[in-house]
Amino acid sequence: MTAVTDRDQLAALAARANDARANIEFEDDGMTLNIGPQHPATHGTLRIVAKIDGEQVVSAEPIAGYMHRGYEKLTEVRTYPQVTTLINRIDWLGSFANEVPFILAAEKLMGIEAPPRAQHIRTILFELSRLANISLFLGDLAIQLGGLTLGFYSFRDREFVLNQIEAVTGGRFHPNFDRIGGLKDDLPKGWIAETKVAMQKMRAFCDEADDLLFGNEIFQKRTRGIGVIPAEVAKSYGLSGPNARGSGIDWDLRRDNCPPGLAYDKVDWKVWTHPDGDAFARSWIRLQETREASKIVDQLLDTIPSGPIMAKVPRIIKVPEGEAWVATENPLGEMGYYIVSKGDLVPFRVKIRSASFNNVSIVPWVCRGVYIPDVITILASLYFILGDIDR
Amino acid sequence: MIRLSSAEGGAAEVAADEAIPTDELREGLLESLRAELGAAVVGSHIRPGDDLWVRVTADAWRTAGEVVRSILGCTYFDFLSAIDWLPSPFGRDMDSQEDLIISGAEPREPPAMTTGYAGGDTRLQVFARVANLDQHYGVTLKVDVADDDPSLLTWVPVYAGANWHEREAWEMYGITFVGHPHLVHMYLPGDFEGNPMRKDFPLLARRVKPWPGIVDVEPMPGGTDDEGEGEGE
Repeated sequence: MTAVTDRDQLAALAARANDARANIEFEDDGMTLNIGPQHPATHGTLRIVAKIDGEQVVSAEPIAGYMHRGYEKLTEVRTYPQVTTLINRIDWLGSFANEVPFILAAEKLMGIEAPPRAQHIRTILFELSRLANISLFLGDLAIQLGGLTLGFYSFRDREFVLNQIEAVTGGRFHPNFDRIGGLKDDLPKGWIAETKVAMQKMRAFCDEADDLLFGNEIFQKRTRGIGVIPAEVAKSYGLSGPNARGSGIDWDLRRDNCPPGLAYDKVDWKVWTHPDGDAFARSWIRLQETREASKIVDQLLDTIPSGPIMAKVPRIIKVPEGEAWVATENPLGEMGYYIVSKGDLVPFRVKIRSASFNNVSIVPWVCRGVYIPDVITILASLYFILGDIDR
Repeated sequence: MIRLSSAEGGAAEVAADEAIPTDELREGLLESLRAELGAAVVGSHIRPGDDLWVRVTADAWRTAGEVVRSILGCTYFDFLSAIDWLPSPFGRDMDSQEDLIISGAEPREPPAMTTGYAGGDTRLQVFARVANLDQHYGVTLKVDVADDDPSLLTWVPVYAGANWHEREAWEMYGITFVGHPHLVHMYLPGDFEGNPMRKDFPLLARRVKPWPGIVDVEPMPGGTDDEGEGEGE
């Protein structure tokens, strides 16, 4: 196994990529290549209109909107409890994580805090949805680069997590389980022991992914030095989550700006960063995050406090007048809700800040000058969910 | 404000927090913004220990972006969007005034327009949030845009990520961003007319078929009627 590990060699690769980007000149009569909207490389209906000159991309413009469902408008006619049903469908691989920032924002406006047990279980489910989301990324990335094996493994092992989510919430994809002031229900009997076994299986999956994918020479050659995003550019585009940490930005909302209502202050884990900013760095961060998430779940399972799972909440939920912004570290990055309330049953305005929207908006910048196969690598490494772009 | 908590200790902590209504960090941020922008800062709101809202004039929008980026170190672009403060002329069930007149009911008087934190003078308002990732604070900037000519200078040269957000605000609210490099539809088809997120744009699905969930308030599991508060609306 000869891995590209030499720093100088990496720097040379990155410099070469940057040179290629700088030296390209526009050719008006260049060929236009449509990738998508129905294309396996775009996982979803994201269409990329790429203008190419030979094998190099002159400009790549993502066209979103094939799945726009108008959630921001719909929230204005739904009561607060009804909104969670909608926002479940934003990032459908980590659905529960979508509900949490909205519920926390509503709790902030109402001045309610969930009981400790509910906060704990909420955090566990949050991390389980991270596992369900990112484990699929590892398989998806492998499929995009031609390694089908890990794709099958990830679909297989992801079931362990989905089963645990289903056992609590009743839903594999759309739990709709979080409530203002707590959770819908308590944990089922025997769930804690089962989840511990599932976490061991997830760690075994991570080791397998590490061996099969990250130690693979072809994978390294296809991802090292590809799609380099410097930290300053990442910040100005609003890249968050593993994409930002892959560019060396040491920032994690779970650790740095954790909103009240989640139990992250009770666990000990490491926030990984990678200085390279290339496709490999972003993928590697996600592998480490899968491991860390399983550790967080393990720690939380050991320390679940007893008590109620629901605070005393009015039966008809009216949120007092005001504005609140709450963001959490979702599997895809920073997800936040800006709620404007007029003291009514329904929100006056909800701005949904989803991670993929910002993460994908950097595609025109990062794809300029790269070779066509690398567009696929870059898209896969940025990792987006269509519902998270289009909302 | 309703403050309900299952634990008595939680309520006591909340009371202790309220005794300290100052936030030196955010007061300081606001002061440095005022020093840079002068009279362009027309409104502000601080929720201690949590968040800062600043409203600037439309002329100073671009400058305000440059100042928060360079002086306050908010290099991270979070989002940019808009609010239409007009009270919806349609109810929650999206029945228009015309429908009420046809059915013989009294036309409703729309409630007066009110604005949120940091105030506002116009119907449409653009707001954006930027953050400092080293010191972990964020600032929400707001700006009024004129009703007859909703336009602003673009933020794209300051924050590259504003590109898509401004396109979205343009198509959803009809706010023009002067100097934007590629102001085309983000989500909607190219020939779509109207600005769907404006409050006077009806949600047509509701006009066609009324929403069945409007009276659907289920009791809490295990709860009894006398537990409920805020009933009788």
